[in-house]
Amino acid sequence: MAEHPLHKYLRMEVMPHVFCPGCGAGIVANCFLRAVYELGYEDLSKFAFCSGIGCAAWIPSPFFKADSLHIMHGRSIPAAMGIKLMKPELKVVVFGGDGDIAGIGGNHLLHAARRNLEILVIMVNNMVYGMTGGQVAPTTPFGAYTTTTPYGNIEYPIKAAEVVATAGASYVARWTVYHTRRLINSIKKALNTEGFSFIEVVSTCFTSYGRRMGFKSPAEMIVWLKENSIPISEYKKNPEKYAGKIPVGEIECTPREGYVKRVWKMIHELSAKSS
Amino acid sequence: MDKRLLIGKHFWLGDVACAEGAIAAGCNFFAGYPITPASEIAERMAKRLPEVGGVFVQMEDELASISAVIGASWAGAKAMTATSGPGFSLMQEGIGYAYMTETPCVIVNVMRVGPSTGQATKGAQGDVMQARWGTHGDHMGVTLCPNSAQEMFDYTIKAFNIAEMLRIPVILLSDGVIGHIMEPVTVPDRVEIVERKKPSQGDTMFFGLEDVAPMPEFGEGFNVLVTGSTHNERGIRHTTDPEVHRRMINAIVRKVLKRRDEVTFVEKYRFGEGVDVAFISYGCTSRAVYEAVRILEGKGVDVSFLRLITMWPFPDELTRELGECAKVIIVPEMNLGQVSNEVKKYVCPSKVYGLHRIGGGEIPRPGEIAKFALEVLKSG
Repeated sequence: MAEHPLHKYLRMEVMPHVFCPGCGAGIVANCFLRAVYELGYEDLSKFAFCSGIGCAAWIPSPFFKADSLHIMHGRSIPAAMGIKLMKPELKVVVFGGDGDIAGIGGNHLLHAARRNLEILVIMVNNMVYGMTGGQVAPTTPFGAYTTTTPYGNIEYPIKAAEVVATAGASYVARWTVYHTRRLINSIKKALNTEGFSFIEVVSTCFTSYGRRMGFKSPAEMIVWLKENSIPISEYKKNPEKYAGKIPVGEIECTPREGYVKRVWKMIHELSAKSS
Repeated sequence: MDKRLLIGKHFWLGDVACAEGAIAAGCNFFAGYPITPASEIAERMAKRLPEVGGVFVQMEDELASISAVIGASWAGAKAMTATSGPGFSLMQEGIGYAYMTETPCVIVNVMRVGPSTGQATKGAQGDVMQARWGTHGDHMGVTLCPNSAQEMFDYTIKAFNIAEMLRIPVILLSDGVIGHIMEPVTVPDRVEIVERKKPSQGDTMFFGLEDVAPMPEFGEGFNVLVTGSTHNERGIRHTTDPEVHRRMINAIVRKVLKRRDEVTFVEKYRFGEGVDVAFISYGCTSRAVYEAVRILEGKGVDVSFLRLITMWPFPDELTRELGECAKVIIVPEMNLGQVSNEVKKYVCPSKVYGLHRIGGGEIPRPGEIAKFALEVLKSG
C-alpha cells in the first residue's frame, strides 16, 4: 500500500491521535499539512511550532514531526516570538484554541499583531473551552448554553480576526472547517506573506458544545457551519441583515515589513557602525 | 568579544553591573517589562545588547517576558529577564515550565517591599521563599543573592554558567538596595563561560537522564518535543503514569543536588570556631552585619558570620556546623523570618533569633544589630 503523502510530516509512533470523534482539529491539521505539501516542503525542518494549552494546541505537539514547544496556557505567541527572534530563518507557526489565543493569551495576540511579528497563528475557534468540559469562552455565541452559562450566555463573542486586522496584522482570514480548499489556499498564502498572519478557523466541538446545542451529529454541525457562513464581502454590505452569520474570507492582506526584520536590521547597522 | 567585556574599573549601579555581567556571560537575548527597581537592567540591555549582536525586546507583560525567554533559549540563546516582586509573581508559571522542560535561563528579581504593589521604590528581602516555592509542584533550582555591585556582575555570570551547566532557570535574587547602589566594579580581562551540552546526531533523548541531558536547538533537525506536561526522556507526554512522573521529577531534582557543592557560594568569617554569637545574613542586610561584627568584637564578644550567597539549595550543612559552634545564631533580614525559620530546620530552634525589619527599605543598622545580639546573649 502506498504511503499517504502527508505521513512524512507526522510522528506516526504517537498515533492514534487523541481528538474526540467529530472534532475539527484533524481537519485543521490536514489542511495545514496539505498546504505545506503543496508548497513543496519535503519535511518540516524549516518550521518550528508553538502551542499553549487546549485541544488545538495538541495539533502540532506531539503529532507533527518537527520541533515544537508546547508551553503554558496562553503563552504560545510570546514563546514563538522568542524562537523567531533568534531563528528568523524558521517559519514559526502557532496553533491554539480560541480560549488559549483570544482569551487568556489575548493580550499577546494584540501585541504580536501590533508589532507585525512574522509568525502564523492558526486559531481553531470551537466556541467553547472544550478540554475542560465545555465552559463559556470569549467566542461563545450570545445566548448559548454551556456548563458555566446554564441560563444562557449573556456576553458577546469577540470578533478575533477583525480585532487582529485592526491591530496591524499583515494577513488575516477566517474560514470554517467546512471550507477546506479555501483554508488550504489561505494557509499557503499566509505562510508566504511578510508580517503577522492570523487565520481563524471556526471549528466543531461536538463533545463539549455541539451536543448541548442540540446538534444530532458532528456532520450536522459542519452542515450548520456551511449554511451559516457568508462571504465577508457580502457580509460587509449589510452587517445587520447577516447578524449571527460567520463572515468568511480574507479580511486583510497587506504584506509589510515585520518586527523581527526590523530588529535584525538595527543590530546589523549597529555592528557595521562599530566595526 | 571586546565589546562584551568592558575590561577595567567602573563606577556602576548594581542593576547596570548585572546587565554587564549578563553580556560578559554571553547573554544574547533579553525580554523584560519595566518595573522599579529593576528597570535599569532592561535599559542597559536595550542599549548594549544590539551593540554586541544580541536581541533586546520589551514585552507587553512579565508573562510574555518569561515565555519569550523560554522560546529564545530553545532557539539556542542565552536568555534572561529581570523584574521585581509583582513581575516575579507573574513569571512563576513560566519558571515552573523552565524547571519541567529543563530550559536554561536567568531570572533576576530585584526585591522590593511587598506583598502586592507594596512600596515600589523601597528595597526588601521578602521573596526568599517565593524564589524557592513560588511555582507549583516539586522542583529544585539555584538562587543566588549578591550583596554589592561587584557581585551583581560576578554572580550574574555565575547564574548563566549554572543555568547552562544544569539546564535550569537560575534566580538572581537581588534587592532594591543592591540594585540601586553605585559602587566600583572591576571587569576582569577574561571570564569563565560555560556552554550547554549539545546532542550528537541521532540522539533522541533530551530530558530527565541520569546526568544533565543534552539540549538540542530548534532548527537543528532533532524534531524535539518540548512540553510542560509530564513527559518521558523523548519528550512524549505521559499525563497519567505515576512512574514516568516520579522518574522525571526525581531526575530534575537529582541533577541539581548532585552538583550542590559546585553551586554553593558563601562567605565565612571565623567559621567553625567556638563563639558567642553567629550571624547568618544575605544581600543588603549582610552589609550592616559586617559592621555589627566589628562593634561586637570591640566589646569583646566572639563572633562568627556566615553570609549566604547561594540561598537555594539552602546551605544546610554549613548552617548546622555554624550552629554547633555558637551559643546563639542571629539572622537579620528584611522580612518576617523567611531565612531565620529555614535556619531553625538545621540547628536547635531555641538558639535562633531573627532580627526582622520590614517597610520603607530600612536595613537594620549595625548598632541595632549589635545591641540586639548583646540583649540576646544576656537573656540566653
